[in-house]
Amino acid sequence: MFGAGGGTSSYEEIETTDLILLWGTNARVAHPIFFHHVLKGIDNGAGVFAIDPRRSESAAWADHWLGIDVGTDIALSNAVGREIIAAGLVNEAFVDRVTTGFDEYRAAVEPCTLEWAESITGVPAASIRELAHAYATAETAQLCWTLGITEHHNGSDNVFSLINLSLLTGHIGRYGSGLVPIRGQNNVQGGGDMGALPNKLPGFQDVADDEARGAFERAWGTTIPPEPGWHISAMFEAMERRDLRALYVIGENPAQSEANATAVRAALTGLDHLVVQDLYLTATAELADVVLPAAAGWAETDGTFTSSERRVQRVRKAIEPPGEARDDMVILVDLARRFGHDWPDPVAEDVWDELRSLSPIHAGMSYQRLEEEGGLQWPCRTEDDPGDLFLHGRLWEDPLVGPRAPFVPVNYRPPLDELTREFPIRLTTGRHLDSYNTGVQTGQLDSPRRTGGTIDLSPEDAAAIPATAGESVRVTSRRGTLVAPVRIDDRLRVGLAFMPIHYPDEVDVNLLTNDEWDPKSGTAEFKAAAIRVERVES
Amino acid sequence: MDLRHIAADPSPVEREAVDAVLAEGEFDAPIGDRTAVGGRTASARRDLLLPAFHALNDAAGRISEGGLGYVCERLTVPPAEGYGVATFYDLFAVGDDAATVVRVCDDVGSDPDAVEELIAGLDGVTVERCSCLGHCDTGSAAIVHVPGSGPVEVPAATAERISAVIAGESPEESVASLGAIGDRVLLARAGSVDPSSIEDYQRGGGYRALAEAVTIGSGAVFDILSDAGLRGRGGAGFPTADKWKAVAGDESTVKYVVCNADESEPGTFKDRTILELDPFAVIEGMTLAGLVTGAGEGFIYVRGEYVTARRRIEHAVETARSAGYLGIDIMGTGLSFDIEVRRGAGAYVCGEETALFRSIEGFRGEPRAKPPFPTRVGLFGAPTVIGNVETLIGVVAALDGTGSGTKLFPISGAVRRPGLYEAPLGVTVAELITAAGGATGPVRTVLVGGAAGRFIDGSDLHVPLDDAPTEVPLGSGALVVFDESVDMDRVVRRIARFFRDESCGQCVPCRIGTVRQVEALDRHLSGADERVLLDDVSAVLRDASICGLGQLASEAVQSALDLGLVGTGGRNA
Repeated sequence: MFGAGGGTSSYEEIETTDLILLWGTNARVAHPIFFHHVLKGIDNGAGVFAIDPRRSESAAWADHWLGIDVGTDIALSNAVGREIIAAGLVNEAFVDRVTTGFDEYRAAVEPCTLEWAESITGVPAASIRELAHAYATAETAQLCWTLGITEHHNGSDNVFSLINLSLLTGHIGRYGSGLVPIRGQNNVQGGGDMGALPNKLPGFQDVADDEARGAFERAWGTTIPPEPGWHISAMFEAMERRDLRALYVIGENPAQSEANATAVRAALTGLDHLVVQDLYLTATAELADVVLPAAAGWAETDGTFTSSERRVQRVRKAIEPPGEARDDMVILVDLARRFGHDWPDPVAEDVWDELRSLSPIHAGMSYQRLEEEGGLQWPCRTEDDPGDLFLHGRLWEDPLVGPRAPFVPVNYRPPLDELTREFPIRLTTGRHLDSYNTGVQTGQLDSPRRTGGTIDLSPEDAAAIPATAGESVRVTSRRGTLVAPVRIDDRLRVGLAFMPIHYPDEVDVNLLTNDEWDPKSGTAEFKAAAIRVERVES
Repeated sequence: MDLRHIAADPSPVEREAVDAVLAEGEFDAPIGDRTAVGGRTASARRDLLLPAFHALNDAAGRISEGGLGYVCERLTVPPAEGYGVATFYDLFAVGDDAATVVRVCDDVGSDPDAVEELIAGLDGVTVERCSCLGHCDTGSAAIVHVPGSGPVEVPAATAERISAVIAGESPEESVASLGAIGDRVLLARAGSVDPSSIEDYQRGGGYRALAEAVTIGSGAVFDILSDAGLRGRGGAGFPTADKWKAVAGDESTVKYVVCNADESEPGTFKDRTILELDPFAVIEGMTLAGLVTGAGEGFIYVRGEYVTARRRIEHAVETARSAGYLGIDIMGTGLSFDIEVRRGAGAYVCGEETALFRSIEGFRGEPRAKPPFPTRVGLFGAPTVIGNVETLIGVVAALDGTGSGTKLFPISGAVRRPGLYEAPLGVTVAELITAAGGATGPVRTVLVGGAAGRFIDGSDLHVPLDDAPTEVPLGSGALVVFDESVDMDRVVRRIARFFRDESCGQCVPCRIGTVRQVEALDRHLSGADERVLLDDVSAVLRDASICGLGQLASEAVQSALDLGLVGTGGRNA
């Protein structure tokens, strides 16, 4: 609703805010650098609420943990909204002046009483009430989330439901108050900046916007289709239909990272042609017709990264890439030459300057300034623009500049993978501190903390199988089955299981996960699968 | 907490012991399986770290990896930091092997022959030598640690008594030897009332001072303390009225009263004796301090080795609370004050007030630079009245009209009746020795004020002892008398080792200086002339150490060198 895809706040704000909501994020292990800023905030006296099915490592730092049922976030957030309205804690001046759709929102959340929410989410009504009052009465508050919110069939609705809360309370567009979707890697934000989204051109400009698209067409001397492209979930469906028959994968390992791995691998194997460009011979690369060895972005190439706080920073080449590995940019230019385009030898700064000439929010960020000022936060429109610490400050200007911010009422819909007698346990997936995604980069390094691929069960569920710690069990969902060792975790309650995503070579968790996806975001429902766990019969 | 890298689990016994301590704080408690509170609620109770460690150490005889990890997880303390705290304190055994350990005092007040004889008689147990246990009046002393129960003090220790304690018997109680020159003011009740009975205490004049204070009000109380010239009896001798006024004048809503009962100065056993024989007086003094300064909460930090004293003061606190002398609306005044007893864990430096605060707060007992003084930034960062046991009962005596101007002198060593003596300030060392039955032989020297004090020559016993700055600092008031038979080289070496062992290691002058002093002294006493180096080290210790421990660590050694007490084979030619 706010247009640009990025967190609204800066890291320094979470260090001084009054209240931190960690909603669907185990940032302590998944975003350890970001969490250092959270720890400073806690040290400075911030209150913390953690909303997470598990009492995770992050939730252990919180003053209050709300152990929600997987996928019931909207029931909880709508109840929080209703309670804020019912208790008279709405920031009425803000809502009246800069938002639209409040009446529709109020009507939509009216049935979402605390008691109703308790029956859906499992969280006691008193705790939900406490969360609502704490958020509404905090002077400043940061609402942080990650994949626990987005990796659902209704992930976008989940996000809207949280944005609604920020509008209700005015916790947006002020120093210390904001919405913080934490990025999982050093440069996820940078990928978005550069237009690696099916519906956006670099700088988050809409492909459907004739004026913006026209500027790119003129600069590039070509025509650009105005229709959005496919996101990854749509691509796999297109592969299954054979509408998509050749794939060029750069720095991704979809054979192991995507939900419903059986179907994913069938689709990849069925392609006419698969090219993989990566640092390693990943599971996806093993399926490829051509593998292009790439240089490592953080040590062997020049360029920029953009962090979760929209800060663009320089990264410098320190060593030569080994063997035949080459800079991604060099590979792409060589490829273009083979296609008959006479592109000059690429220089990172030239590519960046081209972006600056086409993306207004990056226009003021020269390499010289990035180096001298330790990075800059977009939007940074001119050479003397210092960049913005936080977004949407305009909402607090009087009179309001630009459009009003709309409430987007959303309704709770349960996870698609239903719990039944056949599949009685809810499986959710997540991360470990010392590992990274599918383990391509971290799996080959030793770590004293590594517990490997397991199925984590509550002591009660393990006893019911029965299985002891370390014993291998069979785990089955509607999509696949695998064998994994049991880890008993007393932070889990009955009926809730957890599996880490990092060890697909040992425990291929995405054989189990659900590839139904959110039509608004294209993200699959990794976080909510229905499974059963049984003894391995010999 | 994710900081837990310790894979080991606590045993059921350990878990139960820790849970019992932490049950008092409402934190980290999963409420059903859907919600939990923790975070700051848990980390704000960091002060329960030492009580939890004590519970582990008592229950299992040591702090195991699993136990340590469990405590740290519950209190959200990083395990490395928890380990740092546990290993700071002598009474905590950190490791996986629990053993019966007997610690025998071989300090300056002990008789070396008796110590060796005692140790030779102990078979089948681990024996460690330790610093003064505060029982110098009754001969050898030991403390016994049996896994599964807390430490047990064995005063007047013999091998038979120690074996009986290990077998589970209660130790015989020592009988204090008390005496006075002139009126008994501070010792008015000690020895003549039942220390467990609040009625006895009241019959002996107890709670008259508090009633008087309530009647006359804070300002008048400060005037009385000021007129009585009352000074702190912990060693520094700061005027008590000034401290209390500073705290009363602070507008903070949270203030504390702390009783420093971490008496660890070698040769000193006055606070222990008061706690054992007149505990209600200490409570009354603290309550009075609380009411006139506006502090609502008090802590008594009792030396970890003082088991009997702690039991008695704990019992007295409970009794006073039941009788309405602690808690809400004390004596119908509408004022509230309560006391918590905290247990030290074997660290001499915790007698330093800022180190003591850190210890209560759950950290290593490391002192900090002053100012700010505790009256402004004390326990938990709040304005704090901190007073020694003797100071607090002195306040009670001054207010209930018993009197003032006296001081307690623990006397041990080469005297016929070692014990605790009360005498007016200005009394001479010679008079005190006479009161203690006279010396057992020609007096070679007297150590005044414990290890942090000074030796005076046997020919100099006419010096008066006063709490105003004088030639001989009073310190704790302890006198250890040495006759011609004593090997003074051993005694002075023992003092140097004491400071080396007790330095908290935080500041370089003390950490390094106390080690260098031991080494240089050893060489000096073996014939090499290291006087210049010893003087240098002494100057650095005195000028550059953060706290009194380092600043005074060379006093006794230097005075012994100046008086020629050492380096002659220990005995006069």
